[in-house]
Amino acid sequence: MFGILASILDGVLVGAVYGLAAMGLTLIWGVMNVINLTHGAMIVAGMFGLYYLASVAGLPVYAAIPPIALAGFCFGVCLYWVSVHRVIGRPPLMSLLATFAANLVLIGLGTAAWGTVLFNVPVSLPGISHGGYTFTGTHMMAAVLTAAIAGLLYLFLYRTRPGKAIRAVAGNREAAELNGIPTTQVLALAFGLGVALACASGALIATLFPFTVLSGAAYQLKSFVVTVLGGLGNPAGALLGGVALGLLEGAMTPFMPVSWTSIVEFVVFVIVLIAFPAGLFNFRR
Amino acid sequence: MSALLEVRELGRRFGGLQAVDALSFGVGEGEIVGLIGPNGAGKSTVFNLINGVHAPDGGRVFFRGEDITGEAPYRVARRGLARTHQIVQPLANMSVLDNCVVGACFGREDLSRARAEDVAREIAGFVGLIDRLGDPAGALTIAGKKRLELARALSARPLLLLLDEVLAGLNPSEVERMIVVIRRIRERGIAILMIEHLMQAIMSLSDRIVVLNSGRKLAEGRPEQVANDPAVIEAYLGNPEHAARLRGAA
Amino acid sequence: MGPPAFLGRPTYWLIVVATLAFAFLPLWHDNVELREELLLAAIYVTLAANLNLMIGYAGYINFGNIVFFGLGGYLCMWLVSSHGWPLVAAALVGAAGVSLLALLFGLGILRLRGAYFALATIGVNEGVKAFVANFTPWGGSTGIYLPIDAFAELGGPAKALWVIYFLLVAVMGASLLVSFGIKNSKFGLGLLAIGQNEDAAVVLGVPAPRYKALVYSASAFLPAVAGALFFFKSAFIQPDDAFDLVFSTEAIVGVMLGGQGTVIGPALGAFLYEELRSTLLTAETFSNFQMVIAGVLLLLIVLFVPGGLMGWIHRRWPRTKRVLE
Repeated sequence: MFGILASILDGVLVGAVYGLAAMGLTLIWGVMNVINLTHGAMIVAGMFGLYYLASVAGLPVYAAIPPIALAGFCFGVCLYWVSVHRVIGRPPLMSLLATFAANLVLIGLGTAAWGTVLFNVPVSLPGISHGGYTFTGTHMMAAVLTAAIAGLLYLFLYRTRPGKAIRAVAGNREAAELNGIPTTQVLALAFGLGVALACASGALIATLFPFTVLSGAAYQLKSFVVTVLGGLGNPAGALLGGVALGLLEGAMTPFMPVSWTSIVEFVVFVIVLIAFPAGLFNFRR
Repeated sequence: MSALLEVRELGRRFGGLQAVDALSFGVGEGEIVGLIGPNGAGKSTVFNLINGVHAPDGGRVFFRGEDITGEAPYRVARRGLARTHQIVQPLANMSVLDNCVVGACFGREDLSRARAEDVAREIAGFVGLIDRLGDPAGALTIAGKKRLELARALSARPLLLLLDEVLAGLNPSEVERMIVVIRRIRERGIAILMIEHLMQAIMSLSDRIVVLNSGRKLAEGRPEQVANDPAVIEAYLGNPEHAARLRGAA
Repeated sequence: MGPPAFLGRPTYWLIVVATLAFAFLPLWHDNVELREELLLAAIYVTLAANLNLMIGYAGYINFGNIVFFGLGGYLCMWLVSSHGWPLVAAALVGAAGVSLLALLFGLGILRLRGAYFALATIGVNEGVKAFVANFTPWGGSTGIYLPIDAFAELGGPAKALWVIYFLLVAVMGASLLVSFGIKNSKFGLGLLAIGQNEDAAVVLGVPAPRYKALVYSASAFLPAVAGALFFFKSAFIQPDDAFDLVFSTEAIVGVMLGGQGTVIGPALGAFLYEELRSTLLTAETFSNFQMVIAGVLLLLIVLFVPGGLMGWIHRRWPRTKRVLE
């Protein structure tokens, strides 16, 4: 019994990181109604960033996260200008195809460079043991850092001018424009921020699990599920949704082969979309 | 005159707002009924409740005696109830002709594409779009798009036409032409329920007027009755004394 | 009652000529290499033409379109290997089964609009792949192998390859004719209206839920037959090959490259893409970059020429709109 409980609690910890990953996706989705299909690739980029900074260059593992986030931000802004800017006003299917195409390029380059080799960033942190079960230190650290990053995001969105500008554009782009907000730059900023969050979450995930170039797809799927659970454009909801998903996974893994996890997640995704289009954890009306 | 459309105690909330509240009125065969009210009075919502875009929270909608409450819009269209939109919705990359053919194919009569094309051409001529048939709908001017909106609805050969601010955004001469078209639509035996802000136009066209304010019916009657109703004047101008002074000054 | 109208349409004849060319060119020269090349091209064209019904007409992107191809392959292989059915019957019945499944699935996921539907189709593909990989009657992750005498019913391996080729060319031709026929029909008009503005179409009376489910189901049939023929020819099917998202993506690139929403566009785009791909694949360095090139192509099209080749041609020479649909 405690085994299942431990599994669930561990799921909550990991789920927080899923929530962080989803925050990037939901931010972009909510602000500019673009579904960023390069999200998974950006998570992988964060993973590789950690590998190169920590395992290869020798930086302390958790200190590598801010530079990774920064690099992610810069790359996100570039990606916005290259792939997204021209399709903003057009039907949403066009932006879907644009980010889909960008993803093909990124993953293609990735597999050309790194193949499907498994990478790992060994991190050792003391865990907490109880009754024969250990809560790994890395899991707890990841959850703590997620909370910290989420807090920073909140401060940014609600206490700084650029953050408020992002919220304004998300609410009503035309009104924001009429109020003198440079919407295009704000969109680029929001996109960069979303990618930065994805990269940061990727780095954190790399401290937990090994990865390949193709790992992004599974985490992208989790991000989608979390996003629709939490409601589009709702970062707080994403965090809750992430925890919920982590909980679900924790409850499932003792009973189900791992390959079925993705299927269950997809079913949840579709059901939530059909039955709860506004999200389960969306308390804003 | 038998009631073609009957709306009974219709109600709908959106979040905290009661957009339409216990509304009842009817439209008889061959009638032109105007639906007016200040901005935000719920007029377009009433249209959405009638043709099935939103399901009402309360009340019923009857068309030709049958209960059509909450039916999907395409079923309502099949029954012979067609509608234009306040913000025009052309099928932009399709030709003007094809836009009307869609209306004709999927409207009241289950026409083949070939027959529908004949109907579409006739209606396009009626409405004044005959030289633009081959153009993509997105390329029309706003007046042209309004006329297309109307032509599409008419191509369905409806018994009742819901017109949502079909005169908005038109210059005076375009308004004149549209009014002529509307009268000719009535001559064809089609009943009309129209939302309009252009007071003079709607007063001169309508047989009856229903006034809406904050989702509730404020008044109903012949245009002259409604125009002199103090409650209506107050709703529009805020103060009957102002209105009296304005009329005195006019 | 005179001759049917389509006989007067140049596009109809283009389809007929192209199909006949595919059939006769390799035969005339008895060129097996050419046949294999054209076979692959025919499959790409089939996938693209049917996908176009969803993307180009109804405006719904089916990212996971390859699921029809794979399932059609599996149903056919299963009927042939486990129940000894002849190829054509197995292919047709299998495809009918896939269409039926598509109809049922479609009624569910087609309630989702635009991007959500697109994402859900990936889930359908991955879900079916995972299911099949764990489904022992169908060989699980090992797949189904056909015994060597499987080709006996078609007159031996050499002849069988020709027969299968002709059948695939017929499927390709049928796909193009279906595309052409639907576009000019009332059903097609309704689909195009849905693709332009689904809300407006519904108000105009287009029965969107029914039409969407029908086109989703219809777009499944011929790719399923193609899958049946392709995998029978390989005498082997396994989940990773059958439900390959790369292939799925390439179909999308073909549709967009050629011009979604037109009849000729997707066929042309698929053919050109396949030629590009096979040329590049011969160079070792490029094989790693297959998806990069597909991605760059797709991105350029979406950003700069969303109407694809045919869109550009129609804009440049408006007269061609009637002639090259």
